[in-house]
Amino acid sequence: MRVAEGNRTPNDDGYLELFRSMLRVRRVEERLLEVFAAGKIPGFIHVSIGQEAVATGVCSCLTPKDTIFTTHRGHGHTLAKGMELKPFMAEIFGRGDGACHGNSGSMHVASSEAGVGGANGIVGAGMPIALGSAFASAFKGDDGVTAVFFGDGASNQGTFHESMNLAALWNLPLLFVCENNGWAQFTSQKSYMKIDSIARRADGYGMPGVVVDGGDVVQVRNAARIAVAQARAGEGPTLIECKTHRWFGHYAGDPQKYRPSDDLDRSRNIDCIASFEKVLMESGLVDQARLDAINEGLRLEIDEAIGHAEASPMAADRQFLNDVYA
Amino acid sequence: MVKETRYIKAINEALHEEMARDENVLVIGEDVGGPGGAFGGTRGLLQAFGERRVRDTPISESAIVGLALGAAMKGLRPVVEVMFADFLPVCMDQIVNQIAKTRFMFGGQFTAPLVIRAPGGAGLNAGPQHSQSIEAWFAHVPGLKVVMPATPADAKGMLKSAIRDPDPVLFLEHKALYASAGPIPDGEYLVPLGKADIRRIGKDVTVVTASRMVQHVLDAAETLAAQGTDIEVIDLRSVTPLDKEAIFKSVEKTSRLIVAHEAVKAFGIGAEIAAMVTEEMIDVLDAPVGRVGAPFSPVPFSQEKQYLPNASDVVHAVEKIMAY
Repeated sequence: MRVAEGNRTPNDDGYLELFRSMLRVRRVEERLLEVFAAGKIPGFIHVSIGQEAVATGVCSCLTPKDTIFTTHRGHGHTLAKGMELKPFMAEIFGRGDGACHGNSGSMHVASSEAGVGGANGIVGAGMPIALGSAFASAFKGDDGVTAVFFGDGASNQGTFHESMNLAALWNLPLLFVCENNGWAQFTSQKSYMKIDSIARRADGYGMPGVVVDGGDVVQVRNAARIAVAQARAGEGPTLIECKTHRWFGHYAGDPQKYRPSDDLDRSRNIDCIASFEKVLMESGLVDQARLDAINEGLRLEIDEAIGHAEASPMAADRQFLNDVYA
Repeated sequence: MVKETRYIKAINEALHEEMARDENVLVIGEDVGGPGGAFGGTRGLLQAFGERRVRDTPISESAIVGLALGAAMKGLRPVVEVMFADFLPVCMDQIVNQIAKTRFMFGGQFTAPLVIRAPGGAGLNAGPQHSQSIEAWFAHVPGLKVVMPATPADAKGMLKSAIRDPDPVLFLEHKALYASAGPIPDGEYLVPLGKADIRRIGKDVTVVTASRMVQHVLDAAETLAAQGTDIEVIDLRSVTPLDKEAIFKSVEKTSRLIVAHEAVKAFGIGAEIAAMVTEEMIDVLDAPVGRVGAPFSPVPFSQEKQYLPNASDVVHAVEKIMAY
């Protein structure tokens, strides 16, 4: 999804596209929770419901030639970057015609066509790879920018520090996008980190670090737009910390017993989509009929993708061996 | 035409030639630029190809190796130098969970055509953290090609093949071989990966070996020949893909097998080859498969000679198997 430069007031289609992108991620993940609970998806999934504004805000500033790397909680980033829904869904259903031939599942979905260098099952592991993607763009002079998403927990991995240092040192066109939802799996940020703001760490590596309300898609987009422009101009990387909210725990079905109920309630009252919908309604950019039409369009698209995935054949017998070379 | 060239120089020549051939080939690592690498493998590359393609890095193995992966996914051909093979575990996640699985996990949408060069092995009294032979760790990971050339000619020809390979190659050099000299062909040549080399033809016992151990086995062969035992010496060159055909063919002829490597004997590649031959050729074997390897101990600093398997260990193993 791309938002043209200059669309900065509520009265434009760019805002509507931001809204639609966020809502699409949420509707897809709501359906994934349903089909997962119904036992139709093998393994386990991690949803990003509550965090959609980050994926949409950042990816709205990227073009198809740009690249993202994401995490185990990566459906939103992947879809916002433009991956088609059918191969995405078929992969999560483990089908032979999924984007990754059914070898990967939810946790490693990728799309070379959409510039999605892959979700990753290892916390913090995407950052060095994103570094290489940004390096390749600088090396080839192809004007591409790379964005890597990671959580607050990943900012304590060595890969974060190594990659920040090298990206700054070499002025690479890279956005470090930290989705700080306050939880590293089952452990709260307060109990594993002395500082509140991960963005402060940017200073230690000689790059700008900014904090935005990750529940406000416009704030995220504005920060990302500046960072992308700097990266493209050869002015190096930026760390953007987006304070956000994880509604459904670490994994689908997580009872979140470790989390105080008032904290969870507070978090679920902060809805990046509902609040943006309010902005759009009040500005007159949408009315109920338009909203209904958007929802209906998404429902049809998602129905079709799930129908496609369910109708897709399972991978052929021992098909996985076709992707092995050594 | 052949010329005598040192092992490290052969590696250096391969890098020069491949960088000249393909502008997407680049060299990344700690001290690979100005200093020319800790052992001189990258000497002259900075002067020849410039800072854009010869990159000195911070001491950040995970970032360096991960960077190579991201760059390879975008079509570049990075050659990373990790200063000692013992440092590979520092970036184990990037090698094992990321690089090795890229093609598989993404269904071929992305690939990882990169080379990681790292010197392993003992012989320089470098102590427990700078002397290990850890090829078996990586041979156990589907998705990595693990090679360990024994001669300057193979080092050059195999490095060139590795750089051109569409998939990741862990190129394990032996630091005690760096100064050794041997003949290498003039001009352009490649040595294929996954192909063993029969270094000595014999009829009584097959000895499968690799890297620095090859010379010990060839020395043992002379002693044994004087005693009337004629061994066939197979230099694996590549651990994975393993040249099963060469091993099987030789054992068909000799009916006796020994695997000799510098690494710790327990759980080493010798165990895999012994099991493989036993599973598939038990009827052919005239004796149990023998193994020669280091004792189950870290590499000691001052007692390396006692620790390392040598030619006389090979002679004893062959005598034992012949007496069975």
